[in-house]
This record gives sequence, C-alpha cells and structure tokens, in this order.
Amino acid sequence: MWENIKTFASEFFVTGDPLIYGADVSIALTLVAIVFALTYFKKWQWLWKEWITTVDHKKIGIMYILCSILMLFRGGVDALLMRTQLAMPDMQFLNAEHYNAIFTTHGVIMILFMAMPFMFGLFNIMVPLQIGARDVAFPFLNSLSFWLFFWGAMLFNMSFVIGGSPDAGWLAYPPLSGIDHSPGVGQNFYIWGIQISGIGSLMTGINFVVTILKMRTPGMKLMRMPMFTWSALSSCLTIMLAFPILTVTLAMLFIDRFAGGHFFTLDGGGNPMMYINLIWMWGHPEVYIVVLPAFGVFSEIFATFSKKKLFGYTSMVLAMMSIAIFSFFTWAHHFFTMGSGANVNAFFAVTTMLIAIPTGVKIFNWLFTMYKGKITFETPMLWAISFIPCFVIGGMTGVMLSVAPADFQFHNSYFLIAHFHQVLIGGVVFGFFAGLYYWWPKMFGFRLNERIGKWAFWFWNIGFYVCFMPQYGLGLMGMTRRVNEYDWSQGWDMGWMPLNIVSTVGAFLMGIGFIFQVWQIAYSIKNHKRDVNGDPWNGRTLEWSLPSPAPVYNFATLPKIQEVDSWWEEKERIKAGKPTPQAPLEPIHMPDNSAIPFIQSLFWFIAGFGFVFNWMFFAIPGLIGVAVTMIVRSFQKDEGYYIPVDEIKKTEASTRGAG
Amino acid sequence: MANVNANHHDSHDHHGESHGSVKSYVIGFILSIVLTIIPLVVVLQGWMTGNAAIAVIMITAVLQFLIQMLFFMHLKEEKKPRYNLLALLLALVIVVTVVAGSIWIMMYNTVAH
Ligand code: HEM
Ligand SMILES: [Cu+2]
Repeated sequence: MWENIKTFASEFFVTGDPLIYGADVSIALTLVAIVFALTYFKKWQWLWKEWITTVDHKKIGIMYILCSILMLFRGGVDALLMRTQLAMPDMQFLNAEHYNAIFTTHGVIMILFMAMPFMFGLFNIMVPLQIGARDVAFPFLNSLSFWLFFWGAMLFNMSFVIGGSPDAGWLAYPPLSGIDHSPGVGQNFYIWGIQISGIGSLMTGINFVVTILKMRTPGMKLMRMPMFTWSALSSCLTIMLAFPILTVTLAMLFIDRFAGGHFFTLDGGGNPMMYINLIWMWGHPEVYIVVLPAFGVFSEIFATFSKKKLFGYTSMVLAMMSIAIFSFFTWAHHFFTMGSGANVNAFFAVTTMLIAIPTGVKIFNWLFTMYKGKITFETPMLWAISFIPCFVIGGMTGVMLSVAPADFQFHNSYFLIAHFHQVLIGGVVFGFFAGLYYWWPKMFGFRLNERIGKWAFWFWNIGFYVCFMPQYGLGLMGMTRRVNEYDWSQGWDMGWMPLNIVSTVGAFLMGIGFIFQVWQIAYSIKNHKRDVNGDPWNGRTLEWSLPSPAPVYNFATLPKIQEVDSWWEEKERIKAGKPTPQAPLEPIHMPDNSAIPFIQSLFWFIAGFGFVFNWMFFAIPGLIGVAVTMIVRSFQKDEGYYIPVDEIKKTEASTRGAG
Repeated sequence: MANVNANHHDSHDHHGESHGSVKSYVIGFILSIVLTIIPLVVVLQGWMTGNAAIAVIMITAVLQFLIQMLFFMHLKEEKKPRYNLLALLLALVIVVTVVAGSIWIMMYNTVAH
C-alpha cells in the first residue's frame, strides 16, 4: 500500500530537481499567503461579488491584464533560465530535457497566456469606451471567455509541478509530440490547456466583432471609429477565422494520442507534415492577431502625443483590414524547407513579401503623424517611438527570411530567433506596455510615476538590443535554436561563446526593466495624485470624455458623434461655448452578475485534468458539470437590472467632482 | 448602422429580426440528423466504397452546411447591412484556401521524393 502511494506520488509530482522543489515551496507559500490575507481582511465576499462573478467589461479587462503580467513573469523567468544556461553551456545548469521543457513552456506561455490575454484585456477595457457602448454585446459570454482562459492557463502551468511539462516545442510537431515519442502527460497538458483557453479566445473574437458592428453610439459610423477599435475589429475577425483551425488540429492530435488515431503518425496512412501545414494556417494569422492591436495602440498614441489627427486614416484602415485577410495566404513560409517544391515556395515567398507593403504604409503614416506635431515625450510615447526602429529592423529581417532559398540557411537558426523576438517584443510587448501606460489613468484614476517608468523604458530598450542583435550574428555563424550546449569544452569551439554571453547580459537588463515596472506600479499605487478631469493626456477619442475610472454604466447619456476624434472636436466646441446638447438622463439597463462562467470553466478544468491523466473518474464528472451548468444557464431568465436616474445623477456628481 | 438599441441587453424582442419558429427549428433539426445518418450508414454498412462513398459524403456535407445556414443561422431573413452574409463569404474564401492550399502543398510533398 505505502509502496504504491510512493510510486504514484513520484510519478504524479515532478521530482528530482532543486529548481522544482523551490517552485513547489514558493507556490505553496503564495497560496497560503493569499488564503490567509483574504480571510484576515475578510475579502472573500468582495472577491466573489466584485470580481469572480462580475460581467463588467472593465473589471474583466483588469483581470486579464493582471494574469498576463503574472504570465510575463513566469515566461520571463523561463527565458532567463535558458539564457543563463547558454552563457555557461558546460555547467549543466539545465540539462537537455529540462531545457526542452523550458523553451516549450516559455513559447506557449508568452504567446497564448501572455500576449493574448494582454490584448483581450486592452480590448475589454477600451473598445466599449471608445465606441460609446455600455458593455460588450454578450457580457455573460465575456466572463465565460475570461474564466476559460484562466483555467486553461492554470492547467497548462500546473504541468510544471504535477506530471511533467510538455517538451516538444511551442507548436508540438508530431511525430515528436505523438504518443510514441512523448508518452508522458506533458503533451496532454499542452493540448487541453490550449484547447480550453482557445474556446475562450474564439468567443472573445466573436463578442468583439458583434460589439463593434452593432453597439456603436449614434453617429459613430465605421469610418469614424478610433484606430484602436479598428485594430480590435481586424484582430477579432482574424481570430474568428483562424482559431477553429487550431482547435481542429489539436483535436486531431488528441485523437492520435488518446484513441490511437493516425492523422499525423508515421504509419497507418498518417502524415506528420499535414500537422505542420495545418498548425501554421493558424500560427501565421496568430502573429497578426497579436500585433494588429499593438499597431492600433501606437496609432492612438502617436496622434495624442503629437496633438495632431492621425495621418492617412483611410489608408490605415485599409492596411489593417488587408493585413487581416492576407495573413491567411502566407503560412507556408514557416516550412520552406519541408520540400513542397519550388512552385509552392515561390508562391508563398511572394505573398509574404507583399504583406510587408501595408505594414510599410503604416510606418509612414505614423511618421507623417509626428511630422510637424507638437510632440511631448511621456512614457507611452517613448515606447511608441522606440517601436519604430525596432519594428523596421524586425520587418526587414523578416523579408530576408521570406526569400525561400536564403531561408534554407536561416531556418531554425538564431537568426530566426532574433527576428521573431524583435517583432514580438518590439511590436507586441512594447505596444501593450504603451497601451497599459496610456490607459492606466483611465483604468485606475491616477497616472503611473514617469521617472521610474523612464528607467524601466531604458532598461528594456537597451537590454533588448544587447540581447537580440548578437543573435543575428550567432545565427549566421550557424548556431541553431533549441540547443542547450554547444560543446565549448569538447574541442570543437565554434566561437559562439562571447556573443552568447553578451546576449545573456541583455536578457538580464530586460529583467531589471521588468522589476522597475513592478516597482513603478507599487510606488504609484502608494504615492499618486488623483486624476480629476479624466483626460490627463489631452486625448482625442471618446474614452477620455469619461471620468476616471469610468462608472459601471460608462456613459450616463450616449454621446452623438459627428466626426473622427470626436472628443477633441467636442473640446473645441466647449471652448467656443457651443457644446453638443446632451439627451436627458434615463434609467440604464445593466446585465446581472453570474457565477456560472467561473463554475463552468472550473468543470472544464476538471475534465481537462482527467483527460491529461486519462482518469475518466475526473473527466466524466467534469464534462457532466459543464453540461449541467450550460442547461441551468439556458433556463435562467436573466433580465438584468435598471440603474435609476437618481443614482446616475449621484454617481456623475461624485465622479466628475465639482466640474 | 449605428447602435441598434441603447439598452441592448433586452433588445432581442424589439429590433425586429425574426428568430425562426418552432416548426422551422424542428424541420432543420430532423434534416440535419438525417444528413448525418446517411453518410454514416453508407460507410458503416459498406453500401458504397471508393469514389461513390466520397461523393455521398461530400454531397451530404454541403447540404448539411446549407441546412445549418438557412434554418439556424437565418441567413435568408437577415436585414441590411448583411454582416452574416459577408462573414460567410469571407469564411468560404478561407475554407477554400485551407483545403486547396493543403492539397497543393501536400501533393508536391509526395512527388518531391
Ligand atoms: C523577455 C525577453 C525574452 C527573452 C530573453 C527570450 C529568450 C528566449 C530563448 C532563450 C528562447 C529559446 C531559444 C532556443 O533555445 O531555441 C526563446 C524561445 C521562444 N520565445 Fe522568447 N524570450 C523573450 C521574450 C519572448 C516573448 C515576449 C515572446 C512572445 C510574445 C517569446 C516567444 C518565444 C517563442 C515562441 C519561442 C520558441 C519556443 C520554441 O522553440 O518552441 N519570447 N526565447
Ligand atoms: Cu508567418
């Protein structure tokens, strides 16, 4: 009996590595501390009522961003561990298995559990405010999306301490990810973590497309929408069309692993190359899904901090929408070396180069927006400006990679690693940071400290170039990705050591930048001046017309829109003494909170956990729970409630201060 | 174009798009089940093989698709602007790309060696 328990435990829990025990201890301590703090301060009810069951898009957005910053921390620690190993390749700091697991979890976490939720957080908080809506189209679904993401991410992260991490790369190519070569549970964690949160992503995509198309305030024609909202629309359309491909592909991989299917096996008529083909049909659109909203953020920031209208509004819209569509026609550039022949490679090389054109258009639009503007250099603008050179270099190396014959040299080398980190960090991460700094006052009612923010900015930026520029060199010198050793001591020194050490130094500089950001937030929470007028940057779009933070119902009366940058124009009218008259107040209808999204997602988590370990006594009750919560929901008469006019008046008076 | 209804959460009864009758739902449901059973039986019972079986599967799949669109997605009854139709056309373009692109890429793979 005892022996059985011991063998089970040693297989169930990941053991044998001091790093893991350290993580176990810190996870346990954190959990104890959280539970203790919630109980001590009597906050359980507050947590349940105000956050867990909320359907308020602003709060859901904040929860998304909070999770994504935690995931940035985990993915960042993974990155620093790998960089440490690569700076001292003979020290056996991370052995090959451990290194494989870490680059896999790093990649998955950064893209699916850091970039995606950060983006959804910004959509949630800003899109309704920018289009003059009181919530998203489907508030219940929105909460469900968040909790599916949350429990999916939990499931994935658990693999670190329970059962073992996936280690077949962030896209889990078979045959390596098949049951023959990855018999453990790691790949199951990968499939179920991504599937569960993927359902949430798809629903968010649908939710925001409907919100943007159907819930704009009177007068907000499509061509009057703020550019960030356009970027959200293009990104969500892409999600709607691309995520089903991912879901189906992973479902097929699951059938292969779980039920002995032969879609992607080497025998029985399967073909692993088909997986590579399918997964990149999602994978390439995915990178545009995360980068388009960053472009949207930059467009808002360049216009605001140059005190000018965005240059080339129409061309910007066309560029974004055409990128969204054309992103579906380039996927094969990720496997030029697979052997599909010259025609296929030529076709996809050309489509890839074509997509650089609309991107170039946008860069010029941003430059012309700044041209002759009255530029000020607050932190959001700093991130936006630094994005331009970074993205130009990243874009140019991307075009180099798209030259199919040359890619036979670059493919899977550090040249590629440098390229995609340049566009992902310089584009996506810088973009979302810029958005967070820009909209922070709207979310919380105060500005973040600028001085500490500038330190963070410079550490990130200098660190970025120090870390990734050397990697282009390493790639050309022949260093391939996903290696943990390069035999410095075995006598066939390739001369890769110096550049690797430089690169690691850069990575730690970015780590210091991150610490500065955490300090900046903590410091600003303690020492801040309240932002009273709700428009700290002298903004141009509708969200800045609201008090900060916005009241539950967002808009006491729905504004009437007459032009692009309507809030800027309205301010001019107010100055001239001719403000647009507002409609009288009416009771506002709002959706009710619901516990079902949280509970249903928890059941998904239980079901997923059961499938991971092949424990039907978990999986079946989990699935039954999902079904029951769905049925309960469909019989609920959820009619929402009305906020009476008196209460609106009171809220407006208190949030808008004396003015 | 603009906001359908300020108080959107209870707007479903008011803005006039028909959501179908019980009868049309039942008809759609039965048709979709029949169209699922046909290919299943044809293959499982071995009534047809090879190209004939593939043809039956393809035809029932396309019919299934149309049933879903007409009876459940209410494509016919949609008012302007026809977002559903536009989205559908876009999705069709992507589906064709996925299928034709995969065939093209994978065919070359088999002749390359
Ligand atoms: C914070 C700075 C970062 C550093 C220092 C860093 C470092 C690394 C390293 C060392 C690898 C493994 C290279 C290899 O051995 O093949 C890697 C892989 C990867 N990184 Fe990062 N990274 C960072 C941020 C990011 C971000 C922000 C993203 C995405 C948004 C990202 C996405 C990826 C992906 C997808 C892989 C490939 C994983 C695989 O090979 O399966 N990284 N990164
Ligand atoms: Cu790509």
